[in-house]
Amino acid sequence: MPKLTINGREIDFKQGQTVIEAAKDNGIEIPHYCWHPSLSVSGNCRVCLVELEKMPKLVIACSTLAAEGMVVHTQSEKTLQARNAVMEFLLINHPLDCPICDEAGECKLQEYAFDHGYGESRFDEMKNRKEKRVALGPRIMFDGDRCISCSRCIRFSDEIAKATQLTFVQRGDRVTIKTFPGEEFDNPYTLNTVDICPVGALTSRDFRFKARVWDMSETKTICPGCSRGCNIEMWVRNNEILRLTPRENLEVNEYWMCDWGRLNTFKFVNARNRIDGALIRENEVITKVSVEEGISKTAQAIQKYKASQIAFLGSAFATCEDNFSLAKFAKESFSANNIDFIRYVDETNQDDILIKPDKTPNTLGAKSTGIKPGNSGLNIHEIFSEIKKGNIKALFVMEDNPAAISDDYKNALKKLELLIVLSVNENETTELADIVLPAAAYAEKNGTFINFEGRLQRIRPAVVTQNMERSLDGMSMSRLDKFGTKYDSWASGHRVDAQPSWKLISMLSQKLGGKINYQTAEDVFDDLVKSNKEFSGLDYDIIGEKGTQLDSFIKVKETV
Amino acid sequence: MAVKRRKNDLNILEKLYIPEIAKGMALTLKNMFRPRVTMQYPEVKFDPPASYRGRPVLVEEPETGERCVACGLCSRVCPALAIEVQAAETDREKERYPEKFEINMIRCIFCGFCEEVCPEEAIVMSKDYELVYTNRQDAIYGKDKLLVPVEELQDRLDYLRNFK
Ligand code: SF4
Ligand code: SF4
Ligand code: SF4
Ligand code: SF4
Repeated sequence: MPKLTINGREIDFKQGQTVIEAAKDNGIEIPHYCWHPSLSVSGNCRVCLVELEKMPKLVIACSTLAAEGMVVHTQSEKTLQARNAVMEFLLINHPLDCPICDEAGECKLQEYAFDHGYGESRFDEMKNRKEKRVALGPRIMFDGDRCISCSRCIRFSDEIAKATQLTFVQRGDRVTIKTFPGEEFDNPYTLNTVDICPVGALTSRDFRFKARVWDMSETKTICPGCSRGCNIEMWVRNNEILRLTPRENLEVNEYWMCDWGRLNTFKFVNARNRIDGALIRENEVITKVSVEEGISKTAQAIQKYKASQIAFLGSAFATCEDNFSLAKFAKESFSANNIDFIRYVDETNQDDILIKPDKTPNTLGAKSTGIKPGNSGLNIHEIFSEIKKGNIKALFVMEDNPAAISDDYKNALKKLELLIVLSVNENETTELADIVLPAAAYAEKNGTFINFEGRLQRIRPAVVTQNMERSLDGMSMSRLDKFGTKYDSWASGHRVDAQPSWKLISMLSQKLGGKINYQTAEDVFDDLVKSNKEFSGLDYDIIGEKGTQLDSFIKVKETV
Repeated sequence: MAVKRRKNDLNILEKLYIPEIAKGMALTLKNMFRPRVTMQYPEVKFDPPASYRGRPVLVEEPETGERCVACGLCSRVCPALAIEVQAAETDREKERYPEKFEINMIRCIFCGFCEEVCPEEAIVMSKDYELVYTNRQDAIYGKDKLLVPVEELQDRLDYLRNFK
């Protein structure tokens, strides 16, 4: 491997890499605004200037190819001076907006001003003013004053979102960002520009002013919006999810996520229509009872049904752990074979960037944990036609809403003697149910999903339910979480009385004298590993933050 | 532990005590003729100087309402985590305002950091030291109690201009 020297340290680089890339791979940070690892090089911000020995002038590290024997200085007198000068130029027209700017706290201009700036302004003249609060599209607000013209948003739209919608207009100090005439900035990926805009010029209209970034906890988890399984960060304050942002995973989603996933996969967790405690219908009167009582009632009601009279629906929205527990429970306590799950595939809603047609996060997981008809068992269509014929009398639904699929399904459900639903929110199916048990949402539990190409990835709890404790459960904690008491309204956000589905099933199994007895999601996963060789050798630590490709699905990966 | 000997034992006069008592009485007598500093509170109220740090309040402008832009810096800097701010958007030029602004007076330690950090001179320490409540909930002051017209705070604002 060729070598170059940065700040006296000799490092390896790959032929064709630029100096900034070589430095980054070796953990040396060279300041930059306009450069982004997956966008083309623009070289306009000039803050990555470094000194090369034997070169008369400083060069920009983002567009200079690394070469054998090169000697680079990123902290020399000359570089520091140049960097300070660039900072001073950028700050000349940048407004003192930090107090009203959502970017504050994660703003590169703030960070570099702090690290590399003079800390004092020599500019007495009036600052340049541009348009503020311009809605570039349905989800994006633009502030012309704050823009430092790095062109990241333009390059992102052209190169990643493949939607040429943004451009610079005007020149010199009048330059600003606009959409092309007649265009709106509305492609399915616009909100990524909010993340990559180094300043607060682009803000999310959904998140605008909701919270300061330093007041939220961040949790590394997975978007459940489709089978891509984008790696995300979940931001929570006072037990309420306020935003999702993409998390780097070059194998899955690079640095991005789609706008739909970002805006639509967390609001149901905060929603008021959560199932909060168990619901029992007796003589058409619905009463709310404790989870324990709900489990006892379920056990009483369900135990009289034979394998041929009962069916179980797993779910591609639930984790591998939930589905595995359900499959095991159905086999062990009922020797049931009628077990399947509903597919949600929308071929019209996909692209070759991220969005997949399968709108569930865990189809492969449901399949490979045993959610499929057993010996001569019924599949999903047959289950519903047998319900209509009156042969299937009891249905156990986990984290799904079959009544919303069609009127046909809905009418079938009305024929049942017993409908038990484990659900996160109230929906068409819980309205018909005899017993509803409160299921924890994906943001409230540990577990795993398998994405469309067979990558096993972990979700982690970011929101607490009634029987969880942030500090004891090793969850991410903000400053407010750490110091808040039950007397502080900012630390006592609502906690739902719910349990992960695997836990509800384990409790039910215990009530019915079964052997399933899990204490943690990890217990379930260990059992899964023991009983299914597709998972052999794995544990939560090995899966880690970025997931792991399951060998048995390598073929799936090659064909997609 | 070693027994420590006193360097000088009491001398004969001191041992008599009477001169010492007389000295004490003389001091008491002297103080009886000095100006009084105690007050007959609550009939008489203390009027603090501008440098006094009473409860923090929000400055209210006659036309535009609160100066606060809900930046959350006071909330961040408050060592006692007494302040909760929830921002929301407005049509005003500064784009945001505090939809909710609460100070928990049980938590507040009157340090004045909130006043010092505020970029808008929107929160200042007042002269109000009469903080009475009989339960935790009443100790949480919302915008209704926090907003004080700017003219009542002029003293403090001038003081800050001169000495901050
Ligand atoms: S809006 Fe942001 S990303 Fe776009 S050019 Fe301006 S500073 Fe760069
Ligand atoms: S592409 Fe799929 S997984 Fe990724 S953010 Fe969108 S909905 Fe979520
Ligand atoms: S005076 Fe100090 S303790 Fe009281 S609210 Fe302000 S910063 Fe917090
Ligand atoms: S620091 Fe000042 S402007 Fe910011 S939230 Fe507090 S009172 Fe409002």
